Amino acid sequence: MSRLKVETPDRVQLTVEKLYKDLERHIIASPPGLCPVDLQLSFLKVCQAQTCGKCVPCRVGLTQLQHLLEDVLSGKATMKTLALIEKTAKNIEASADCAIGYEAAHMLVAGFDGFREDYEHHVKEGCCSVHAQHAIPCVALCPAKVDIPGYISLVGEKRYADAVRLIRKDNPFPTACALICEHPCEARCRRSMIDVSVNIRGLKRMAVDHAHADTVPVPEKCESTGKKVAIIGGGPSGLSAAYYLELMGHHAVVFEEKKKLGGMLRYGIPNYRFPRERLDEDLQAILSTGVEVHLNTRIGEGEGEISLKTLNNEYDAIYIAIGAHTDKKIGIEGENAKGVISAVELLKRIGDDDMPDFTGKEVVVVGGGNVAMDCTRSAIRLGAKKVGIAYRRRQKDMTALPEEVEGAIAEGAELYGLKAPHHIEADENGNVTALWVEPQIIGPIDAWGRARPIHADVPLMRIPCDIIIVAIGQGIDSKAFEDAGISIQRGAIAAAMTGEVQNAGGIFAGGDCATGPATVIRAIAAGKVAAANIDEYLGYKHIISCDVQIPEPDLADKVPCGKVQLAEEEAGIRKQSFEPMELCMSEQEACQEAGRCLRCDKYGFSALKGGRRLRW
Amino acid sequence: MVNLKIDDIELSVEEGTTIMEAAKKLGIYIPHLCFLKGINEISACKVCVVEIQGKDKLVTACSTPVSEGMVVFTNSAKARSVRKSNVELILSQHDCLCATCVRSGNCPLQTLAGHLGIYDLPFERQVTEQAWDKEFPLIRDSKKCIKCMRCLQICSKVQGCDIWDVQNTGAYTNISTVDNMPISQAKCTLCGQCITHCPTGALKERNDLPAIYDILADPDKVTVVQIAPAVRTAWLERNDVEPGIDTEGRLVAALKRIGFDYVLDTVFSADVTIMEEGNELLERLRSKKQMPMFTSCCPGWVSYLTMYHPELLGQLSTTKSPQQIFGALIKTYFAEKTGVAPENICSIAIMPCVSKKREAALESMNASGYQDVDYVLTTREMVRLLRAEHIDPRGLKEKPFDSPIGDGTGAGAIFGVTGGVMEAALRTAYKVVTGEEADEDAFKAVRDTRTQGRDNAINLGGIRTAEFEIAGKVLKTCVVSGLKNAEEVIQQIQSGEAHYDFVEVMACPGGCVGGGGQPIHEEAEWAPKRGERLYELDKERKLRRSHENPQVQKLYKEFLETPLSEKAEHLLHTQHMWEKNYR
Repeated sequence: MSRLKVETPDRVQLTVEKLYKDLERHIIASPPGLCPVDLQLSFLKVCQAQTCGKCVPCRVGLTQLQHLLEDVLSGKATMKTLALIEKTAKNIEASADCAIGYEAAHMLVAGFDGFREDYEHHVKEGCCSVHAQHAIPCVALCPAKVDIPGYISLVGEKRYADAVRLIRKDNPFPTACALICEHPCEARCRRSMIDVSVNIRGLKRMAVDHAHADTVPVPEKCESTGKKVAIIGGGPSGLSAAYYLELMGHHAVVFEEKKKLGGMLRYGIPNYRFPRERLDEDLQAILSTGVEVHLNTRIGEGEGEISLKTLNNEYDAIYIAIGAHTDKKIGIEGENAKGVISAVELLKRIGDDDMPDFTGKEVVVVGGGNVAMDCTRSAIRLGAKKVGIAYRRRQKDMTALPEEVEGAIAEGAELYGLKAPHHIEADENGNVTALWVEPQIIGPIDAWGRARPIHADVPLMRIPCDIIIVAIGQGIDSKAFEDAGISIQRGAIAAAMTGEVQNAGGIFAGGDCATGPATVIRAIAAGKVAAANIDEYLGYKHIISCDVQIPEPDLADKVPCGKVQLAEEEAGIRKQSFEPMELCMSEQEACQEAGRCLRCDKYGFSALKGGRRLRW
Repeated sequence: MVNLKIDDIELSVEEGTTIMEAAKKLGIYIPHLCFLKGINEISACKVCVVEIQGKDKLVTACSTPVSEGMVVFTNSAKARSVRKSNVELILSQHDCLCATCVRSGNCPLQTLAGHLGIYDLPFERQVTEQAWDKEFPLIRDSKKCIKCMRCLQICSKVQGCDIWDVQNTGAYTNISTVDNMPISQAKCTLCGQCITHCPTGALKERNDLPAIYDILADPDKVTVVQIAPAVRTAWLERNDVEPGIDTEGRLVAALKRIGFDYVLDTVFSADVTIMEEGNELLERLRSKKQMPMFTSCCPGWVSYLTMYHPELLGQLSTTKSPQQIFGALIKTYFAEKTGVAPENICSIAIMPCVSKKREAALESMNASGYQDVDYVLTTREMVRLLRAEHIDPRGLKEKPFDSPIGDGTGAGAIFGVTGGVMEAALRTAYKVVTGEEADEDAFKAVRDTRTQGRDNAINLGGIRTAEFEIAGKVLKTCVVSGLKNAEEVIQQIQSGEAHYDFVEVMACPGGCVGGGGQPIHEEAEWAPKRGERLYELDKERKLRRSHENPQVQKLYKEFLETPLSEKAEHLLHTQHMWEKNYR
């Protein structure tokens, strides 16, 4: 007789494991705009199936909650039902034996906190307060609402110039977004239900690499209106507004403080990620609409500056899009030592081709965001002997894109995780000699789901270095505008979702200067919104549209297939220069990847509502 | 051209043709339910599924274009199984009480279930119950709704009104009024196009027949019925009756057989409308009032303007609709002439229209001192009445309309078709202005003479403009049907892009012949055919100009004096305004 056996999963277990993965992917691709109460009920059913059945609160309680939620959804519930649901859930949370029960109940309690109004709407109005918006998930999540399935299908048919035209209907920076967009569009791509999201940014890259933006003519402009709009700031937001305003027939005049146009695209993102000549392609196309540009021009009351009042008098409307270009201090001892520089300063110099020499230097970057990674990788390329990243949390807690962090490490950066900066040590000449850090351990998780670092009971640690780059965020240089009477909230220009600035008729603002540092595509979207609303403000209703015909979906069955990733130059080579490092996909790869798109523009709810928006 | 094979038959069709259209060319019928060409192409019911060689998933024939070398099987085992299963699923959420349904015998879902041989359901039946205001002229029975979305598409794409919306998500998805508000507050014009395009009995008019039976049973009541022009073109659209039986005379005889005391012709009051509205137009032109003047015979249009463009109400002709003009005259002039006490008269209008039910109930419609029109029946309700009486029209002897106010001219007859009111008004206006008679067909440029593309509601309506020179002055006219088209005309006028003197609007595509109260034919628009009938009737009439109608002339001589007289203003005109009935 055998007493023990080695357990291997049977067919049932293996199948269930696979179904778990399927469900995970379904949740990833959950479309926006679903009824939260209905979702809550579905989650509850999953939790109920996990119950072992021993204890009353979990076995009976979760079942009764399910019935009560069904009553809410079918319009049979009263306000008393809601009270009963909440009370029962709290009782289960307080008495269930194990996490299966109390966490299931906790989800319900959290739901009650988060969307009580919707529960009440179901009871009082007999329907959900959330309106069906099963629009195309990628388009819904793109701040600029670019017609993604449209251009993917065009790339699939090798109609690259048409793809660029279609993108431009909503975003005049196709090249910038092809290279460095954070692609929120991919987050809930329905393709994830089958395997994994479509490589949307990669396909856009395919379009702009085969039909360079400066070779694809911009659409014809509307008849001139004789109106003039001043745009303060020549970054992605300001130039997007300028582009659409010119197309609408208004004259856009851009005032840029720096030597060149591009804003953070030039002064925030290094060449190896976004080569300058590629930026120029977008800029040339935008300028071809007739945008007038004044470089090295600052707005303010100082000498050689133009006052906001002057602009207000001379122009029919103003769009403020100055971005977020000031640095933030860490606030530790020794921060004024020689060799401590801000990320903004470093990247600005690089942007103006004024390259500092780090040859033989030891560099420490403080921060964990994308800017910190840009500084790290730039420092490596500037010849530094060693580059370290000091961050108070763990690698996985960094706000930078994971591929940026991994890329930096692959290029040789040293990651000092769980190390909070304590003070900076300098020699007798005031030159930096080391960064002292305070080791941390990872601690409790806060309300936003992020684990908080707490002090470790160990001595301080010394990281010797010659240069410290501080990359802990940027601020907004809003002083001049505050002085001119523009309302400021927490340092940012107080603009509504429509771009309108409170109590300042004809003045609009958007992008980083209104939201705080965010993504390029959000800045572009803000420029588009401002253009539309400035047009309205000026008394017009110009239409921006695109007449490119979108191919019909093919009928091929959608079988699971891997996602094509863009390759990069090998780390050892790419880290030696600022040359671009990411490689475009091949035609074969692009056709396969485009074919993975499920064409949510043609199938599903968008066939009825929320489908393609041909004009705005 | 694209070459493909359907059910082993090779054919080649134009690029862009759907599988369903291609199959139709071969005489192969692919069953479908939610599809409505140009209006509802959302492939939701998944009844028209077909199998394509080399492809695992089935495709919907209604929405999938053909491609080169495609091999289609419309009735493969898989297609057959899926199609049947989907209809069974639809039926599991449909109340299936066909015996008591107004659409029984004319229901695509019923037909489909029969064709597919579905006699018992493998699923438990779960129907949705949503509350509804049973007093409102439009009734929605949620238990019969199959969520095909046609109603909200018609409302949005053809009428531009968006009364209907999708509510909730997931299994709780429903059709409801926009923001789930009571229908009476949803700004519904009651055009009824959602009813005539609903594939089931989920949408219908309020049933007013029980009240009619009570009236017929009351010995003290004298029933006076008026029949709208468009009704006579559509009252006998049955396959079991040979063409030509459906004459006006037999319709009168049928109604007499049921027991109505007087049967009058709304064409008469249409002639009176022209006398008033034509003179009103000339008066407005003379006094240089804000132009254009809009026609006011269509209550769908009048309620649209009231609810969506109250700023334009001042430009709406104050002349009442023919129904209401007749209503006011029946309980005054007619009562006087026949010696029947007006309080004993029950005035019933048979109309191709649902909106007329609300119009008759407006508080302002009591110029006679009583509610001018007591009941409005749709053409469909009248057809049901005839059926209930088992009246075989073939056995009926033709009877004339009753006098003294029963006869109308050809001009009044064409009121039921888009352009008809305009043409009738121009025939009379010409005479008033010049003192001479124009040729009856001098103004036929306002007619919709398109022979193509009028086979669905989205193309059926249209905007037509024409200019006529009368006594050296140019009159700019516009004729429009379908409320979305009407809104386009309003936008053109308000933006200054277009200038007209006179605009005729009918809410239903094609005019009253395509009205929301007319018999329903799945996936077919009968308005053009019915419209032709009215033009034939116009041509056959000896008198084709409203002012030539001797009964109308007598009415003015004996009772009203002149058009726009004080009495005429009191009985036949109204200041359009928002009334509580619009809620």
